Parts: sequence; structure tokens; C-alpha cells
Amino acid sequence: MTGTAVYLYGVARGLDPDALGGAEGVAGTTVRGVVAGGLTALVSTVRLEDYGEAALRANLEDLAWLEATARAHHEVVDRAAHAAPTAPVRIATLYRDDARVAEVLTEEGARFGAVFDRITGRSEWGVKAYARAVPTTAAPTTAGPEPGHDPGGGLVSRAEPLTGTHAPTPAGAAGVGTAYLRRRQDERRRRAEAERRVAERAAAVHAELADHAVAARHHPAQDPRLSGRPDPQILNVSYLLDDEQAPGFEAVVRALAERMTDVEVEVTGPWPPYSFIDTGETTPPPGPRDAPR
Amino acid sequence: MTAVLDTGPGAPAERVALVDLLDRLLSGGVVITGDLVISIAEIDLVHVSLRALVTAVRDGLDPEEEQ
Repeated sequence: MTGTAVYLYGVARGLDPDALGGAEGVAGTTVRGVVAGGLTALVSTVRLEDYGEAALRANLEDLAWLEATARAHHEVVDRAAHAAPTAPVRIATLYRDDARVAEVLTEEGARFGAVFDRITGRSEWGVKAYARAVPTTAAPTTAGPEPGHDPGGGLVSRAEPLTGTHAPTPAGAAGVGTAYLRRRQDERRRRAEAERRVAERAAAVHAELADHAVAARHHPAQDPRLSGRPDPQILNVSYLLDDEQAPGFEAVVRALAERMTDVEVEVTGPWPPYSFIDTGETTPPPGPRDAPR
Repeated sequence: MTAVLDTGPGAPAERVALVDLLDRLLSGGVVITGDLVISIAEIDLVHVSLRALVTAVRDGLDPEEEQ
């Protein structure tokens, strides 16, 4: 496919065009502003062979391509957001030409107005919390039959002194089976209990932080393989803060950090307000089961 | 506990983590219908990217880690 399209990164209000300063967009393109209705659209011209519909469908599933595009998109939005209130637009939004972009700015003026009312003077901050591994006295949590354990049950009486038992194993074949079941039951109970405690921790952290924010939105917990963190992630929330709230928020996080020795908290930001564009999507304070997945 | 604060407008000390970025970029931002890829709005970006991530994770890990 030949031809080009116009990629839209975001829309800013009152942006000094110099702030873009030849910023680089997706696929090495140069970013420019399209001005209409008092708003500036941040755009660049891309090739249809990369951003046509079929190409996009394929490219979005290629992590390297997705990463490059996401980073470039973010760079542009982030740079504008440091200079003026900026509403990010969903990744991979494309138009025929600048004239169409100008038309959209005019058509969607009221909607952008509402977005700017919500985000002006505010930034998004990310908070992730991890449960620190607590040393347990119990056996490993996977409670499958250990190697060497007789699957038939009962024939190998006390041949294997299984590790991590609390209750003394009663003598006799039936006793082994019963003890095994009880151990599994205990383990399940302990695990449920631990999960409940973790959920409570997450809710407590969130409740305290939400008090110091304008709005909050939960993200799904990140896959440990992608976050690179083995500890379970118990909270992954974006908070929308007034600019003057940010230092206080930081102090609250630090205080929380000192108090909760079994939780590790990571803060990122300021982010452009990606997560606070649609008011309908903002989540209410969560129940205790809200965070972990 | 540790609180990592990574501030500094315009001068990120390190690149933002891709996972954090995708949390925001794929489910956030203003959704407007574009001209060329009208149906992209209907593609569930989160699922699309999850497939990409899962594939990459599978390919990127060494086999023993995967066990």
C-alpha cells in the first residue's frame, strides 16, 4: 500500500508551538501542530504501509513495534504535557490529512473542553505495591504429592517423613492419609488467610492515597514476568493529583512505606493524564478484593 | 519498604517501564474515531497487546525459567 496518513498523538490547549521543537514521533517522523478552535493537535505524517489497517493489526502484535510506537507516542505527549495541558489520544488514531484533523478539533471541541477542565493543572501518578515475601514456617505452597509418596496411599506407612508437618503423624495407614488431608486443608486455609491479609493491605494503602488525590483508577496487576518482580503485585493504581498535591502525596507514600514493612511501594510519575480521560472510567474506592488478580 | 520516586520533568532518569506505559497507552487516552482505520476502535487493544506480550515473554525467556 502506498500513501500517507496523519497520526494523532494528543491535543493541547494553549501550547507554544516552540515547545514541540522538532520532536520526533513514531517511525522517526517529525511532529507538528495543527491548530483549530483554540486547540493544537500534535500530529505527524506516517506511511500507510506501516499504519494502514491490515499493517496495524499485524504490527500491534509485534512487541518490538508496539514498544517503539508506544515510546514515541509517549515522548510526544509527555513533552507537550510539560508545556501545556495535554489530552493524550488513544494510540493508533489516524486521519487522512491535516484538514480532517482540524475538522475533528472543531467537531470535538466541547468534549475536549470537558477533558481539559478535568486535567488542567493536574498529573497522573502511578503507585504499585508488592507484598514482600514473608518467611513462612509451612511447607512449600504447592501441595501435590511429593516424589516418592505412594500415590495409592497408605501402603508406605511413614516411610517418608514429609517435610513441614506440624501435627505429629499418627501411626497407621489411615493416619497418614488423614494427616495428609489435614495438612492440605491447613495449607489452603493459610493461603486464603494470607491472600485476605494482602488484599487488606492493598485496600489500606489505596484508601490512604485516594484521600490525597482527585481521582483514582485501577489497572490490572502486572504479570511478574513483565514487571520483572517476583513478589506478588497487590496494587496497580493511577492517581490524578492537583499539581500542588504532589509533594504531600509523596510524603504520604513515604510515611506508608515506613509503617508497612511487609509492603514495597513504587511510585512513577508525573504521567500525562492517560488514565483520566473518561470520567466514567474512574473507579470508586475498591473493595478488599479489587486489586489482586 | 522502598518508595521510588522518579520525577524531573522532561528528564527521566531512566526510561519508563514498558509495562507501565502499556497500562496507560492501551486503555487510556481520548478515543476518537479515525478516518483510515475505523475498525481499529473495535479492536480490543488490550487483548492485542497481551497476545504480543505473551508471545514475547514466551520467546524471550530461557526454557528453564519457563518451567
